[in-house]
Amino acid sequence: MLNIVVCIKQVPMVTELPWDEKTGTLRRDLAAGMMNPACKRAVEAALQIKEKQGASITVMTMGPPAAEEVLREALAMGADRGIFICDPILAGSDTYATSFILAAAIQKEASGCDLILCGAYTSDSETAQVGPQLAEELNIPAAAYAEHLDISGRILRVRRLVDNFRETLEMEFPALVTISMERYEPRYASFAGLNKAFMETDIPVLNAEALGITAANLEARGSRTKVRRVFIRKTQKENVMITGAAAIAAGEFLDRYQRAISAVIGKSIEAEKQA
Amino acid sequence: MKTGKNKRTMKNKQKSIWVFGDYRNYYQNRVTLQLISKAVDLARVVDAEVCAVVFGHNVEEWIMEYTAHGADRVLAIDHPSLTSYSTENYLALIEKLARQRDPDIILIGATDFGREFAPRLAKRLKTGLSADCVGLDIAPEGLLVQIAPSFGGHMLAEIVTEKHRPQMATVRPGTFKEIPHNYERTAIVERLSLPANLPASRVRVVEYERAAQKGHTIENAMVIVCGGRGMGNKNNFKKLNELARLLNGDVGATRPVVYAGWADHDALVGQAGKHIKPKILFSFGISGAIQHTAGLGEANFIVAINKNPQATMMKIADVAIAADASDLLNNLIKELKKRIRE
Repeated sequence: MLNIVVCIKQVPMVTELPWDEKTGTLRRDLAAGMMNPACKRAVEAALQIKEKQGASITVMTMGPPAAEEVLREALAMGADRGIFICDPILAGSDTYATSFILAAAIQKEASGCDLILCGAYTSDSETAQVGPQLAEELNIPAAAYAEHLDISGRILRVRRLVDNFRETLEMEFPALVTISMERYEPRYASFAGLNKAFMETDIPVLNAEALGITAANLEARGSRTKVRRVFIRKTQKENVMITGAAAIAAGEFLDRYQRAISAVIGKSIEAEKQA
Repeated sequence: MKTGKNKRTMKNKQKSIWVFGDYRNYYQNRVTLQLISKAVDLARVVDAEVCAVVFGHNVEEWIMEYTAHGADRVLAIDHPSLTSYSTENYLALIEKLARQRDPDIILIGATDFGREFAPRLAKRLKTGLSADCVGLDIAPEGLLVQIAPSFGGHMLAEIVTEKHRPQMATVRPGTFKEIPHNYERTAIVERLSLPANLPASRVRVVEYERAAQKGHTIENAMVIVCGGRGMGNKNNFKKLNELARLLNGDVGATRPVVYAGWADHDALVGQAGKHIKPKILFSFGISGAIQHTAGLGEANFIVAINKNPQATMMKIADVAIAADASDLLNNLIKELKKRIRE
């Protein structure tokens, strides 16, 4: 039977995060979390493999204590086992460090697994870097942005569309694949599944020490990048503001720009001159 | 004498800024040329050469183009086995070259290929990488400042790789302007042979073909009507189609809207979706997270409608209409129907 590990991430539910313009600090506390959508599709891809040929699915995440709930959601969808990496000393890891930590957890808890799935990118940072870097850490073949997986024995076939080229790639297990947003529409977790996942299942928590990661390790293999400052993008446009009731604003807008719009769309929207 | 000689050697160690030659879809995707142009700016500040690195088969055309657009040096490996893009093969080649030559900076286009290739290269070289930068600069002490979207896209972050080299960044296509070509320019071209001990790629390419081009796409639409969550619900969102029809345009959508199932993934505009260049862009109920605005770089004229006049989208618009997006849409459709004469 195949052993599959799916690495998932909790992201803020809204993209419009509240922030303080003056300090540039983000009120992450005001945003609820959810499973990153591409990660959810990776869980779905694993479940479809399990249904087709049998597999044991381990879901794994790293994050603050609240992030545990995405593991429970994945268990409710049908995953078999959850592993939660949680330790304040791991907070603020960049993708270089994150992939190192995930690799350590996989080697400890799911050593010898056949297939590792990740979401192709997350909706909060969208670096798309952790999957490919995890493949490097584990020194296994990989493909990003997969739309479809086919398994035949120990051979994995991946179909994907990258930069307008349609590719079919083939590799042997163990392998890592990141799943795009194109297919693998995720299923809903059943109520019974949710109930079981949240009420009855224990999820082991691994801290850095359990993974054999020390401060010295983190110095050598941890984050390479440093954020110096964050700021809001500025713009220099004319920025005409139209206010007022919608009916009036719509008319005012068209009155001002009807000629320019007509020229672009190739038909006249200019109001008839009043007689 | 000895010290003097060492000093000279040190001085002669020319700093190098590398740009990875990503030539697939060359005529639509000019990101390599755009990066060469930016590298020329950066190289002036840190006193470095600009070196383009290109792998493939029959790469003379790209050598010529990279030279004409500003590269001082081109490292090229031309071999039939490199005919189709291969992440693992290209990784093995560039890793070896980077270890031999120790570039100070490596810039890679944030194409699908680049975004898979760059993180793996950074890991192999044990260095940092920032994703999808929208700006690059040199800090007073000489570090590469990588300006990248952050915190769900509302903010930009200045990222540096302090201790490790090379400093690496992927950069979104369209961020910088290419230098006009000059075919009189010359560069040092090093045509290198394929290393004999290159490990075989563990990933086999079974099929590799250009995807069929659709005729009309949102990427070449003149008018685009984009909607975000401020449209309120799926039914309100659907009315954007009517405005698009009246204006001979297409409908685009933000990520939350696509995730909510109000629009197809095909309509997604932004970093993870389509990059659009309409003459007129209508933006209904969109706050303006950078994941979305990243796709609007070439929109000529932006009309934003949002009940929050402080929304980012309202600030970057040419015309900002402070109103409920759905309400304004209905009125605009009504008003347009009165006025249109075919």
